[in-house]
Amino acid sequence: MLIAVLLGFIFAISILVIGKFIKGKQSWLSTLIPLSLLAYFSSFIPQISRGEVIHQTYAWIPSFGVDLSFQLDGLSLLFTLMITGIGTLVFAYTSAYLKGHEFLDRFYAYLSMFMGAMLGLVLSDNLISMFVFWELTSISSFYLIGFNNASLASRKSALTALGITGMGGLLFLGGAVLLGDVAGTFTISEMIGMSEEITTHSAYVLIAILFFGAAFSKSAQFPFHFWLPGAMKAPTPVSTYLHSATMVKAGVYLLLRFTPILGNTEFWNSTLIIVGGVTMLYSAIHIIFRTDLKGILAYSTISALGILVFLIGLGTQEALIACLVFIIVHSLYKASLFLITGIIDHETGTRDITQLAGLRKVLMPVAVAGFLAALISGGVPPTFGFIGKDLIYEAGLNWGSFTWLLVGAALLTKILLYYAGFVAGVKPFMGSLPASFENVHLPEKRLWIPPLLLVSLGLLLGLVPHLAEDALIAPGIEVLMTSTESFHLKLWHGFNTALILSLVTIGVGTLLYFVLIPSHKKESFIEKFEVISPKNIVLKTTEGFSAFSTLWTNFFQNGFLRHYVATIIGFLCLVLGFIIFSNFDLSIDYSSFSELTVYEVAIVIMMITAILFTVFSRSRLAAVASMGIVGFAFCLLFLFYSAPDLAMTQFSVDTLTVILFVLVLYRLPKYLKLSKNVLRIEHGVLSVVFGALMTILVLKVLQEPVNAEITDYYAQNAYLLAKGKNVVNVILVDFRGIDTLIETCVLIVAALGVFGLLKLRLKTRDKK
Amino acid sequence: MKTIILRTASDFLLPVLLLFSVFILLRGHYLPGGGFIGGLVASIAFVLDAFANGLENTKKLLKIHPGFLMPFGLVLSVIAAISPIIFTGQPIMTGLWADDPIPVIGSIGSALFFDIGVYLIVIGASLTIIFTISESA
Repeated sequence: MLIAVLLGFIFAISILVIGKFIKGKQSWLSTLIPLSLLAYFSSFIPQISRGEVIHQTYAWIPSFGVDLSFQLDGLSLLFTLMITGIGTLVFAYTSAYLKGHEFLDRFYAYLSMFMGAMLGLVLSDNLISMFVFWELTSISSFYLIGFNNASLASRKSALTALGITGMGGLLFLGGAVLLGDVAGTFTISEMIGMSEEITTHSAYVLIAILFFGAAFSKSAQFPFHFWLPGAMKAPTPVSTYLHSATMVKAGVYLLLRFTPILGNTEFWNSTLIIVGGVTMLYSAIHIIFRTDLKGILAYSTISALGILVFLIGLGTQEALIACLVFIIVHSLYKASLFLITGIIDHETGTRDITQLAGLRKVLMPVAVAGFLAALISGGVPPTFGFIGKDLIYEAGLNWGSFTWLLVGAALLTKILLYYAGFVAGVKPFMGSLPASFENVHLPEKRLWIPPLLLVSLGLLLGLVPHLAEDALIAPGIEVLMTSTESFHLKLWHGFNTALILSLVTIGVGTLLYFVLIPSHKKESFIEKFEVISPKNIVLKTTEGFSAFSTLWTNFFQNGFLRHYVATIIGFLCLVLGFIIFSNFDLSIDYSSFSELTVYEVAIVIMMITAILFTVFSRSRLAAVASMGIVGFAFCLLFLFYSAPDLAMTQFSVDTLTVILFVLVLYRLPKYLKLSKNVLRIEHGVLSVVFGALMTILVLKVLQEPVNAEITDYYAQNAYLLAKGKNVVNVILVDFRGIDTLIETCVLIVAALGVFGLLKLRLKTRDKK
Repeated sequence: MKTIILRTASDFLLPVLLLFSVFILLRGHYLPGGGFIGGLVASIAFVLDAFANGLENTKKLLKIHPGFLMPFGLVLSVIAAISPIIFTGQPIMTGLWADDPIPVIGSIGSALFFDIGVYLIVIGASLTIIFTISESA
């Protein structure tokens, strides 16, 4: 299973080598990757439908309890089949859709990377590895949305999507760590039995909120929904695959996966019902105002995701069955509608619903697919969509409280989704063909076979529902519920309320289709409300944040070296001063110090004189030379205190420093008094304060009892272990040799930095 | 600053200082000294020469850009550091020593090569910095 998950990544990397090959006529060969995965995962169907669960664990970071453990059960099987199945069709479709595109190889790399990440996400049995795959899906989605990287809108949408889903990922990580802490394990299957302890734990609400944040941002729930319409800037295969069929369902998957662990509490259910309900209604109403085919599909996708979340919120067995069925139904019809939209866009060059008409005359097979997709989407019997819709109504009717409110919301949403399905799937093909589209011709089979396959599957599952029930729904429900009652999916449920509601949906939906004609007028009407939309609020907030950080940066990073040094030292003074004066005993025991000698006094006087000379000198070179004196005086001090190594190093470094200064200053004009007096005094005061604080600190450190253990160890073992008598050098090259190695690396980096910076400038100056 | 005195002196000082730097490098294990100080002394020798004879002449004398000493030194240090892993299977940075001391130089061990690496890096880095700055100033 590890190979299966990694296959996508391996293929993505191999594009580096075989990219040229994949770009050419052989691009359809890449379809073999998802196809083989589909075959591999299909082979598990018999086992899973017998109720088995397949586990595979590979140690990754065992010391942190992070393993690559995979679990294939009913729920993951449903998702893996969706990912690989729709993946196969999308890969085939892409080879025709982006034929001859300059970056087709790159596109396939991102796409297969996404597929691998998504498979890893739904198969992971470990929270942390699940998080890693979760993030990988966000990242690959970012690349795919921004695939047309020459367009500003694409780049913006990609960033927005990354921002929102990335934030969700962060919340997921928080939730995962917290949950892992509470449960004492990161393995999801081990948490199943602990549901009661977790839901009564004091951190439960926080965990649930973090998981909600992750799921809602990924699955585009209100108010995080706005990245999804923007994500439609991506090429159509991406919209099909990521932004309707699979990735946006990752949030739903997360909620489903954790329903048995975190679910069945008032907080869990009511939050999901409210958020899901608001999302499905809000975006369903939005559909009426859209004219871009992809825009309509984007909002209907959000609305469908809202329904899924809503159903998870209801949480009864009926609702969860409805949820699983609707996941399949939605993937089937929405993917085919997107693919059809792609064909229309590809052939006519427009996605504007007000212009498209009569295409059935030129694109007959596509029109058939569109019509069937609309039927599935609208839940017209005998399609699988009908079963899904019926179940949704029944789940709502049997929930107990607020029944009519819930069912009413579901009804309204379903009517609008019915309308959306027909607008996207039927309208472009009806009416008379405009003259401008007369040259449109049927594209190659790789484009129109995939949607046709999907809708036929939708029809087939409607007629023979137990196919899906045995293989996917029943094992899926086993995962979600602790105890399940037997159930059967069927087309005919008898004459009941749900059937009446279904008929109402179909009737009103059809009526809407004929009455509500999409127009640009309506679109511009809704745009007036953009100002108060969540999208705008978030964007304005981020803009404000970025403006604030610009101000902040400009204030602290003003480019004056002296300003930086002053800031750093000033801050250090504040911290040091606070520590020293708040909890320090200022009295110093002078008796423990050795007596002053004449040499020491002489050297200190020398240093002070040199410093004063440096500060007040009117010549640069003289100032530098007297700074050198200070350095050499230090060397003498080191010598007196028997540190010859230090003294020698200090001596050489000081020599080089003075030389450096002289080299630089030599070419500058004679001394000019550039800084203002106020600034000089400021800096003077700062230096004196800093010096005083450091002195106090050093004196205090001397008072502390010294731990001589390390010193003794080095002194005793330098010769025994390292055959050296000079302890300092032995420490440098042996005991702490790795430190030295890294320090020399730092030295090299510094030298290269200086070299790079100055040479670069030299070259640009030479050019002039 | 091309005075005759300095120029004449530096012709003698350069080899003497370089010898001195090697001496400091080698004695480091027993007495004050070592690769770092040795490297600094050697670079001072070259800088002095540059002052006396001009940067161009020093560069000619060096034949290669001093920056190239850095990778050599680093490679030498790293090899010295990981040699225990390769040769005797001991942990990184374990000292390896030859059995018999060589006349004049004394015992040879991996620490010496490590120190020579440091020596080369220090010369390379400090000369690169100083030469680059003096060229651009």
